Amino acid sequence: MKEAVITVKNLVKKFGSFTANDNLNFEVYQGEIFGFLGANGAGKTTALRILSGLSSPTSGEVIVAGYNAKKDPEKIKKNIGYMCQKFSLYEDLSTRENIMLYGGIYGMSKTLIKRRTEDLLTKLNFREYSDRMISDLPLGLKQKLAFSVAVFHEPKIVFLDEPTGGVDPITRRQFWEMIYETADRGITVFVTTHYMDEAEYCDRISIMSDGRIVALDTPEALKIQYGAESVEDVFVKIARPKP
Amino acid sequence: MKRFLGFIKKEFLHIFRDFRTMIILFGIPTAQILIFGFVVSTDIKDARVAFLDLSKDEATQKISDKICSSGFFRRVDDLQNYNEIDMAMKKGIVKAVIVFGDNFGHDLISQGKATMSIIADGSEPNTATLITNYVTAIVTDFNRELAGTSATGNILVQPEVRMFYNPELKGHFMFVPGVITLILILICALMTSITITREKEFGTMEVLLVSPLKPVHIIVGKVLPYFILSFIDVIMILVLSWFVFDLPIRGSLILLLAETMLYILMSLSLGILISTISKTMQQAIFMSFLGLMLPTILLSGFIFPIENMPEAYDWVSAILPPRYFIVIIKNIMIKGTGFMYVWKETLILMIMTTLFIGLSVRNFKVRLQ
Repeated sequence: MKEAVITVKNLVKKFGSFTANDNLNFEVYQGEIFGFLGANGAGKTTALRILSGLSSPTSGEVIVAGYNAKKDPEKIKKNIGYMCQKFSLYEDLSTRENIMLYGGIYGMSKTLIKRRTEDLLTKLNFREYSDRMISDLPLGLKQKLAFSVAVFHEPKIVFLDEPTGGVDPITRRQFWEMIYETADRGITVFVTTHYMDEAEYCDRISIMSDGRIVALDTPEALKIQYGAESVEDVFVKIARPKP
Repeated sequence: MKRFLGFIKKEFLHIFRDFRTMIILFGIPTAQILIFGFVVSTDIKDARVAFLDLSKDEATQKISDKICSSGFFRRVDDLQNYNEIDMAMKKGIVKAVIVFGDNFGHDLISQGKATMSIIADGSEPNTATLITNYVTAIVTDFNRELAGTSATGNILVQPEVRMFYNPELKGHFMFVPGVITLILILICALMTSITITREKEFGTMEVLLVSPLKPVHIIVGKVLPYFILSFIDVIMILVLSWFVFDLPIRGSLILLLAETMLYILMSLSLGILISTISKTMQQAIFMSFLGLMLPTILLSGFIFPIENMPEAYDWVSAILPPRYFIVIIKNIMIKGTGFMYVWKETLILMIMTTLFIGLSVRNFKVRLQ
């Protein structure tokens, strides 16, 4: 039996008369890479904000990392990591200072931060950049570092909001290798993306359209179900606007 | 608390590493004080004047000497006829020409009165007014001396003007409070709105909001360094004006600093409010400049007296917080009055601060929803 780290039951989010999330139901398991797909405006961002404790659901039950999103958003925040499409690092701080800052914000002790920083610098082969400003780093390295910082405090879940927007294919490949490694460590990866080839790398994917989840399964199962060659075909078949 | 301290440290690093921010924080205040104090002087000293003396007698000689020895004027030219006046003005060599017509001395003795003209360069109205006033005063003085020596002199009522609080009408008495008012709005409102919108633009704000830091910690952590630095700025300006211009602080220093803190707080909350409505740094800069800087300079009474404004401007000026702070700071520094004389303005500033904070919190909540 796989352990669920995210449980969403009958989630509804309304803004006035507009329903952004219409009765969502899904579970995400520990150590899984969960792809969250959907066209622009399908309601992905809204759902992501609720899951990360930024926004409160109108109705329904949302449990993230063991805490209720309506009652305990602050506790959720301590147990998740987050990285958005813009680089979430400070350009005028050095690599080390950025790590220190985020480690401190998540309440880690100084000695723990120091130890993990050294580990991280060695692992990423980053030693020569440790005291350089982020603005001097090449794009690919920034991306890797931003991801490493998002999981630096060993959260239960990491949310990646279109993490590979505007990045070259080689860096994207390397980035996904890091994602796999993270998932192997038991950290759940919840990722939104517009790249359909990336969706193929996920353990399971969900596809949203008009505020509802219209498909949810492994990429293989979905391809068979819709008689499609690739996830992209599946996506086009499902998410195409109705005539 | 430890989380919070690390966050504040980061904000200080942002400030100290950005050359432009440092210039705005410490370069501009110093430069403004010195420029306004020395260059933009509203006092006249060594104003260049020319004389057109067609009479050339003892009386005109005495008056000219009196004018030139007053210390306010410097004789740069002697003209020969009326046609040269226009030329001298146009060339810009002189600010004013003093003219004695034919038979000045003769008329003075035979008829008991004579007319002289002061022709000033009206393209600089302030200087022109000052020059004519000064010359008139000197001539009045000459009249009095003349009346004293002659037996037939009339006894006239001689008004004696004294300027309270600023006897020499020094310009920097007016500019230092103005510069403090302006600098604080600039640093607090402009800089905080920029620093907060910068986080939004770079996407780091989202990461902070998702972190365990509470929104109130994020905001306070971002503005606290500016609070501290702008307070240091005020002290720097006061010390600078004390040493360079002998500007006194006649009232209570503690009251002055307390009022300054209130004003800083007001400006910071205004900066936060601007950052909640603007999506980009450009918007924030635009709003701060157009909405705050220009009105502060033009309408707060910093340079142009509010009493002389058309009524509509007066109303606009009434919603500008700097207007009230200028009154407070001038009262305390120059007149040396206590809290009883500025409580109304203080109250208005407090209400404005509360209003801005309230609006910011509301905007912030709407955004998060």
